[in-house]
Amino acid sequence: MKILVPVKRVVDYNVKVRVKSDGSGVDLDNVKMSINPFDEIAVEEAVRLKEAGCASEVVVVSLGGKGCQETLRTALAVGADRAIHIDAEDGVEPLAVAKCLKQVVSRENPELVIMGKQAIDDDCNQTGQMLSALLGWSQGTFASELELTDGKAKVTREIDGGLETLELVMPAVITCDLRLNEPRYASLPNIMKAKRKPMEQIPVSELGVDITPRIQPVKFAAPAPRSGGVKVADVAELVEKLRSEARVL
Amino acid sequence: MRILVIAEQENGSLVETSLNAINAAQKLAASHGSAAIDVLAAGHNTDALAAECAAVTGVDEVIQVDAPQYAASLAENITTLVVELVKSRDYQAVICASTSVGKNISPRIAALLDVAQVSDVTEIIGVGTYIRPIYAGNIMLTCESAEPVQVLTVRPTAFDKADLGGSATVTRLDAGEDAGLSSLLGRELSKSDRPVLSSAPIVVSGGRGMGSGDNYQRLLEPLADKLGAALGASRAAVDAGFVPNDYQVGQTGKIVAPELYLAVGISGAIQHLAGMSDAKVIVAINKDPDAPIFQVADYGLEGDLNELVPELTECLA
Repeated sequence: MKILVPVKRVVDYNVKVRVKSDGSGVDLDNVKMSINPFDEIAVEEAVRLKEAGCASEVVVVSLGGKGCQETLRTALAVGADRAIHIDAEDGVEPLAVAKCLKQVVSRENPELVIMGKQAIDDDCNQTGQMLSALLGWSQGTFASELELTDGKAKVTREIDGGLETLELVMPAVITCDLRLNEPRYASLPNIMKAKRKPMEQIPVSELGVDITPRIQPVKFAAPAPRSGGVKVADVAELVEKLRSEARVL
Repeated sequence: MRILVIAEQENGSLVETSLNAINAAQKLAASHGSAAIDVLAAGHNTDALAAECAAVTGVDEVIQVDAPQYAASLAENITTLVVELVKSRDYQAVICASTSVGKNISPRIAALLDVAQVSDVTEIIGVGTYIRPIYAGNIMLTCESAEPVQVLTVRPTAFDKADLGGSATVTRLDAGEDAGLSSLLGRELSKSDRPVLSSAPIVVSGGRGMGSGDNYQRLLEPLADKLGAALGASRAAVDAGFVPNDYQVGQTGKIVAPELYLAVGISGAIQHLAGMSDAKVIVAINKDPDAPIFQVADYGLEGDLNELVPELTECLA
């Protein structure tokens, strides 16, 4: 069985991003970029399934500028077999990404797509569900456990009140929550090996998908800052302030 | 303009965040001038659910659809139903709360309608113009969508709850076919007598600084009891196994906006702040004077939580 893992290059999760002074966008000059943390978990899960003998090949795919190739190399170093770079501008919307991924699915015929539940830059949490819809497949979102048995996927999902377990008919799209696994670090020899693994490049125009943005960004702004607080000396002062000043008790 | 709100149900009763979604629909309707707001009550044994939806002020019509395949709110079944309704009844907007159910189904609906979705809207400026947080809430994006059907998920804590006192008509429609793509094997819900985390007026939250699950329970439960508060946690506390993962507040957990948020032993990473920085008053108890949580806290108390928390609980007696 082949597994397809879409990965996205995003601003590193430790970076405190800033709005450009004219509010026209996010300042991404000289900012550290990394693989989206949820996608890292997806790659790890796919590689584990391969190591367990459940999968024969793990293909990673990323859509965006040249920088994506670095992200794909990271995934190859963790254990993916080969990579596909769909060459496009950065910041393509989830619906268009899902349509491009659908084209990749029809070329590659994987039985399972595993991806992150959301990207930490746009915080959309849409692409997996959209891809699943376009393919007419089942979906297992926010997965914290995944088990494959005779043509079915058993997925434990994180829901608001706790956990639920679904049985999905394959093929399926799974989106990963943080607790699915702990991604490994790529070793230096594996990073070196990853450089020789195949990476196919496809111009986005070749997929026949209209990626024109449907939603126009109008303004980027910092959230209203909280006014600076005070430090209190002891518990008695805290309770007093909460009662008489903040009036929340 | 016709707006469809998808009501969320649990065991046949209405989940409260649906009231926030209806309020968002009312805001969208008001910005348009006038609009009809319908609510979809889909599930199994939905009479009580439909009645609850009909009693919400501002709702024009409740669409009741009853079949076993809707009981578990499985995405594959609910979304086909919604898409058929949008086409047959000509809705120009589909709204649901950005809960785990809403986030699961809404993008699937958008894709089937071939429209882009706007996620986790915190402010509705007009039809097609919305504000939503990106980069873990560090940036607020104003965006415009000209899509023929506006598919939105709305952040419940950013909208009030719609009032009760309405009397909408209830229309019963036939169920669609079971897609047969997925089935629910079971649920493991955390049982609690406390208020629901995402809507509690006071939240007491613990982080890695609690040291252990036992310590978390021993120190924070009595305090939460005194305050009638919900209990929350940072990701570090969840990953360390102190509490179950549905306690988690943050970018990847629940978003809360209580009157009072007490952060105990929480350093205040960006991802945690994304889930609670809209609280009216934030109190931080931490032994590290440089913890970033102190930069957002209205009241900071520096010291050993093992001593300060019991003292605080005592003080509230």
